Amino acid sequence: MYRETEVIQTIPGTDEMVLNIGPQHPATHGVLHLVITLNGEIIKKVEPHLGYIHRSIEKMCESLSYRQFIYSTSRMDYLSSHINNHACALCVEQGLEVEIPRRAQYIRVIMDELTRIASHCLWWGAMAMDVGALTPFFLAFREREMINDIMEETCGARLTMNYMVPGGVMFDLHPNFVGRVKHFIAHFKSKIDEYDELVTGNIIFQNRLKNIGVLRPEDAISYGCSGPTARASGVSCDLRKHMPYEIYPELQFEEVLDNGGDSFARYLVRLTELRQSMHILEQLIDDIPEGDFQAKTKAVLKLPKGEYYQPIETARGEFGVYIVSDGSTTPYRIKFRSPGFSNLSVLDHISRGQKIGDLVAIMGSLDLVIPDIDR
Amino acid sequence: MEVKPNKFPGTVHPTPGGGILISKMDEVINWARSNSLWPLVFGTSCCAIEMMSAASAKYDWSRFGFEVARATPRQSDVIIIAGTIVNKMAPVLKRLYDQMADPKYVIAMGACATSGGPFFYNTYSVVKGADHVIPVDVYVAGCPPRPEALIHALMTLQQKIKQGMTREQIQSDMKTAGNAGLEQMMKQG
Repeated sequence: MYRETEVIQTIPGTDEMVLNIGPQHPATHGVLHLVITLNGEIIKKVEPHLGYIHRSIEKMCESLSYRQFIYSTSRMDYLSSHINNHACALCVEQGLEVEIPRRAQYIRVIMDELTRIASHCLWWGAMAMDVGALTPFFLAFREREMINDIMEETCGARLTMNYMVPGGVMFDLHPNFVGRVKHFIAHFKSKIDEYDELVTGNIIFQNRLKNIGVLRPEDAISYGCSGPTARASGVSCDLRKHMPYEIYPELQFEEVLDNGGDSFARYLVRLTELRQSMHILEQLIDDIPEGDFQAKTKAVLKLPKGEYYQPIETARGEFGVYIVSDGSTTPYRIKFRSPGFSNLSVLDHISRGQKIGDLVAIMGSLDLVIPDIDR
Repeated sequence: MEVKPNKFPGTVHPTPGGGILISKMDEVINWARSNSLWPLVFGTSCCAIEMMSAASAKYDWSRFGFEVARATPRQSDVIIIAGTIVNKMAPVLKRLYDQMADPKYVIAMGACATSGGPFFYNTYSVVKGADHVIPVDVYVAGCPPRPEALIHALMTLQQKIKQGMTREQIQSDMKTAGNAGLEQMMKQG
């Protein structure tokens, strides 16, 4: 019906035309290619084309050992790389049946929540940029850099940390860690209010998002949406509550739900999640137990023959690691269930009938990370 | 890296009622070019986040004249390949490069764009270095490189443009002289 080489084409006999967005387009947050069928300004169909950043990570993992494959998952959803590593480590630990020291569990959860805050910060800046406001981007990066500094001090890297290993974490916390996290919490508390004041209450911003891209709860379930995207439609799916791992059952926090289902509801859910993550951090940071940061494991890991699956709640939703082991030192097959892929699949459904100008806002509210989708 | 004041390549001879500027046309053009490098917003994966960090307030690459990031190749001077290039993306990258107006420069940011990096072995879809597709002027190591490293790469490119080197000269210089030649150039420039 259309050729990929031409940017705009008309469909003979109708008023409709086909428009290509991407793969090089700043609004697609990477290299997503959208083929959109339009009638005037109204979207008739959105067809995402994938594979522009398909790096065959799953196939690559089959030739790496259980310690090595974890690093490649930091490059998938690079905004929540800690949480990806965490899922892999948990899945391997499931097979090894090792007891994780309590200190390591605390460190892991603190790191997860810091990552979630950093990820949502970046999303907030990018989302505001998608609807035309540039200042929030700089404000969000101010806070994000603080987290990056904390990460760098302890993990040795700013973005792709590879800090979680089977059995615990790679290094102990840096002596400055607790102080810096406390300083960050105190700093960020006032900044979230600033975020609200600057963007959430803005009437232009609200008009761009309210009643745009409405996702009904039944659709969210049938498309397999997860994370804030599904929770904004009132679907309770926070794995930290429903399939708790590490020390999450002992923590006091609320699953953020909203019944709106539109882009604005997704925005509000993520912003409230920032506050919840801060709440979790406050509970943990004062009493990190002493002890080992890593359980004793063998140098060469071998998982017993069988299948293992570990889902985990990333900043975008359910990230699952599925390992099939044949008892050797490398996995027989690895499959990643990435939240972005399912959340992207709903894009066609919720943007039909909307104006083309709103497509970017809808995509922004879904918080897509393209390497996470393509893998 | 020491940031030197950016001197105008020429001298002003004061005369009554104004002054006479004496310079070489080439040097003036290179001076102007190197201080207004407009990068193309081309981020495929993780390095794009560090590129955004370099653009944000803490690192602020606009101090050196790179802040006008353009979304279209027709308005940009330098393409920063921030991320992995896979087989499906390679023709798109080539097309973007062809659409850019001369003079155009390319920076390969990070291990993936330099050599395939972590995806060098055991993958079937990754291009092992963006220089298989388009010529690259400056390579940045790291996975991902720090924002400082990216700014250093951009300033290295600036130095080279100020030296009035052609693309071929820049490339042969990168290959033969390596770091030592670069430092010498910094001292001169």
